[in-house]
Amino acid sequence: MKVLLAPVFFVLRLIWQTVFLALGQVWANKIRAVLTALGIIIGVMGVTGVGTLLNAMESYVLDQFEGIGAKKMWLWGQVPESKRSVMSWTDAKLTTYEANLILEHAEFIETLTPGCRTSWDVSYGKKVEQGVRVTGIWPTWHEIEDRQVLFGRPFSRIDDDENRQVCLINEQGIEELNLDTDPVGDYILVDGRRFLIVGVVETKEVSPMMGGGESRTELYIPFSTHKMMNPYTWTDFTLQMVDPDKAEDAQAEVRFILRNHRQLDPDDEDTFDMFVIQSAIEDFNTLSNYITVVLAVVVGISLVVGGVGIMNIMLVSVSERTREIGLRKAMGAKPPVVLTQFLVEAVVLCLTGGLIGIAVIQLLVSIAPLIPNSPIETLSIPSWAIWTSLIFSSGVGIVFGMFPAIKASMLNPINALRHE
Amino acid sequence: MSAPRGKNPIIRIRQLKKVFRVGEERVRALDGIDLDIFPNEFVAIMGASGSGKSTLMNILGCLDKPTSGQYILNGHPTHKMGMGKLAQVRNQEIGFIFQSYELLNRSTALRNVMLPMLYSKHHIFSARRRAKDALRLVGLDDRMSHRPNQLSGGQRQRVAIARSLVNEPSMILADEPTGNLDSKTTVEIIDLFTKLHKAGQTIVVVTHEEDVAGHARRIVRLRDGRIISDYPSDEDPIHLDWVQRMSEGRASITDAELEINAKADAERRARLEAEKKNKRSLFSRKSKPEAVSTKREGES
Ligand SMILES: Nc1ncnc2c1ncn2[C@@H]1O[C@H](COP(=O)(O)OP(=O)(O)OP(=O)(O)O)[C@@H](O)[C@H]1O
Ligand SMILES: [Mg+2]
Repeated sequence: MKVLLAPVFFVLRLIWQTVFLALGQVWANKIRAVLTALGIIIGVMGVTGVGTLLNAMESYVLDQFEGIGAKKMWLWGQVPESKRSVMSWTDAKLTTYEANLILEHAEFIETLTPGCRTSWDVSYGKKVEQGVRVTGIWPTWHEIEDRQVLFGRPFSRIDDDENRQVCLINEQGIEELNLDTDPVGDYILVDGRRFLIVGVVETKEVSPMMGGGESRTELYIPFSTHKMMNPYTWTDFTLQMVDPDKAEDAQAEVRFILRNHRQLDPDDEDTFDMFVIQSAIEDFNTLSNYITVVLAVVVGISLVVGGVGIMNIMLVSVSERTREIGLRKAMGAKPPVVLTQFLVEAVVLCLTGGLIGIAVIQLLVSIAPLIPNSPIETLSIPSWAIWTSLIFSSGVGIVFGMFPAIKASMLNPINALRHE
Repeated sequence: MSAPRGKNPIIRIRQLKKVFRVGEERVRALDGIDLDIFPNEFVAIMGASGSGKSTLMNILGCLDKPTSGQYILNGHPTHKMGMGKLAQVRNQEIGFIFQSYELLNRSTALRNVMLPMLYSKHHIFSARRRAKDALRLVGLDDRMSHRPNQLSGGQRQRVAIARSLVNEPSMILADEPTGNLDSKTTVEIIDLFTKLHKAGQTIVVVTHEEDVAGHARRIVRLRDGRIISDYPSDEDPIHLDWVQRMSEGRASITDAELEINAKADAERRARLEAEKKNKRSLFSRKSKPEAVSTKREGES
């Protein structure tokens, strides 16, 4: 057993000893080591710092997208650039027929609602609100939008089928029109027509990033009623996909159905357009990849600068310790062993620098949330940043420590021992 | 010559030469050495400063390679070995002791003694114990965790001796081991060598001091890179002359020595003349005036 273990133990002991020795060397020259490793420290701080920020930004943005709903897809009519002269926008408008067609045939679409918006004056008693946004929707809207009905009832099919003059109002509207806290059953005037309030939906903050802002009065009426009141209004669809990961399939499917219905030739352009959150996420990811590349270049440069510093100090170290090298060789250290010793030392130096860099960032990360009013709740260094830092700093140690280490290993023991 | 025959020599040297080139000049530090050293010999190598003792020791210790000639160590021709192999020979076969100790200043005595075992495939599991045993042998069991700068010169040299012993080398080579020590400490170190020799160790010591050489069993004298005399210490005329003078209280340069030196120098001059005639080339090394080359021995 001992015989088998001996060679393994021999190598382990050698590595252990060299690492120990290298740490001792770094410790003996603390200030020098830190100054030398400054390039590495800054490089690693760059990687981990920007990595952390990127990570935080990414999760913030993705959260926002997620809030809107990753399953959502928007569809609207579009006159392609090339057909502006021959085609009117009315021809491109989506129809309820097309909505039903998609619902019927598209496997990857769970449900959808058409939507159209008009600004009308709305009044209750003496209170008049001008230019309130009135949206026409199907009852399926309730499935797609995550908006709770606080009082009353949601829309039903019959409301739409019979063009009923009923409406849903948001909390904000209750306040602005001076309605009762529970306004269900009251009537309001929309563009001079009497509408029965059947329900109250919660107001949803839309993040400023997505074009939201201060919440305001919102009124929802059945789509058919809206069309009746204003047949010329523009129409778009909000669709819900079965699976956000199948966004591309869903898009292809919808595209196929619409092109088929609109009898477009294969070389005709689409007369509609669509958008899924997924693609916005991809855009964002491309952006963050660009940032990562820029980061990598900056870090690369600082690591090379750091590496030159390491090489310099290792050369100094080799010439300072020429006698020691001579002695070790006289005691039977073979050239590869001496080489390993100095290589390990360079790597230990670089890794120490890397760890210091990570530690500094970790410190900043843990005190950042303590700053009052900071938008950051929790920050954490992504593990990839830590691994890249450590791998790159040891890489720098190996590359830039190689030349001094080779120099040390080639020394002739006699000349080395004679060295003053 | 006087060495015990019949056994295989540890060291077998034939026509060993070492030439240093310094700029245009060529220095013949060793100029054709033939030497056999047998197991359990205790040899002192003496000679004036610059006579090539250290050069010879470095080659014996496989720290340096000869320019030409053979050096066979325990039957293995070292002059044919590469760097790695020589390192292994240094590690396994040779315990080298330096005049200036050459200890690692930041390591304890124990760690210093463990150093040769770090580069050895043997004694992996027993390195610490062996190092402790070696330190005990040289009488430093109470100084194991001291660093070199916390030790006296004699103690440092004993650490170095322990270090040279720890891999059980086939011989110990010491280049002026007492050169930095006072006479009392010198005696301690020499007694240690005698003890090791009695225990069966082969020892080669370079020294300037006749009394140190007197403890050896054989004295080899070098002059200008050649062996000029090789006797058992109790037959060596220079040594006997020195003993005689010491007992009479006159410790100056001996007649015997002057006589042998003069003879060697005459031979060398004749040889150089002959070579000059043959090659018609300039030799960098001119023979030094007698007074200079012998002065140092006279002082000691
Ligand atoms: N590396 C070298 N380069 C050039 N010449 C050298 C070198 N090493 C030794 N010599 C020369 O070789 C000769 C023998 O030197 P060596 O060191 O062997 O003498 P030594 O007998 O040990 O002397 P000392 O008693 O002073 O230590 C000297 O003339 C010296 O100048
Ligand atoms: Mg010398």
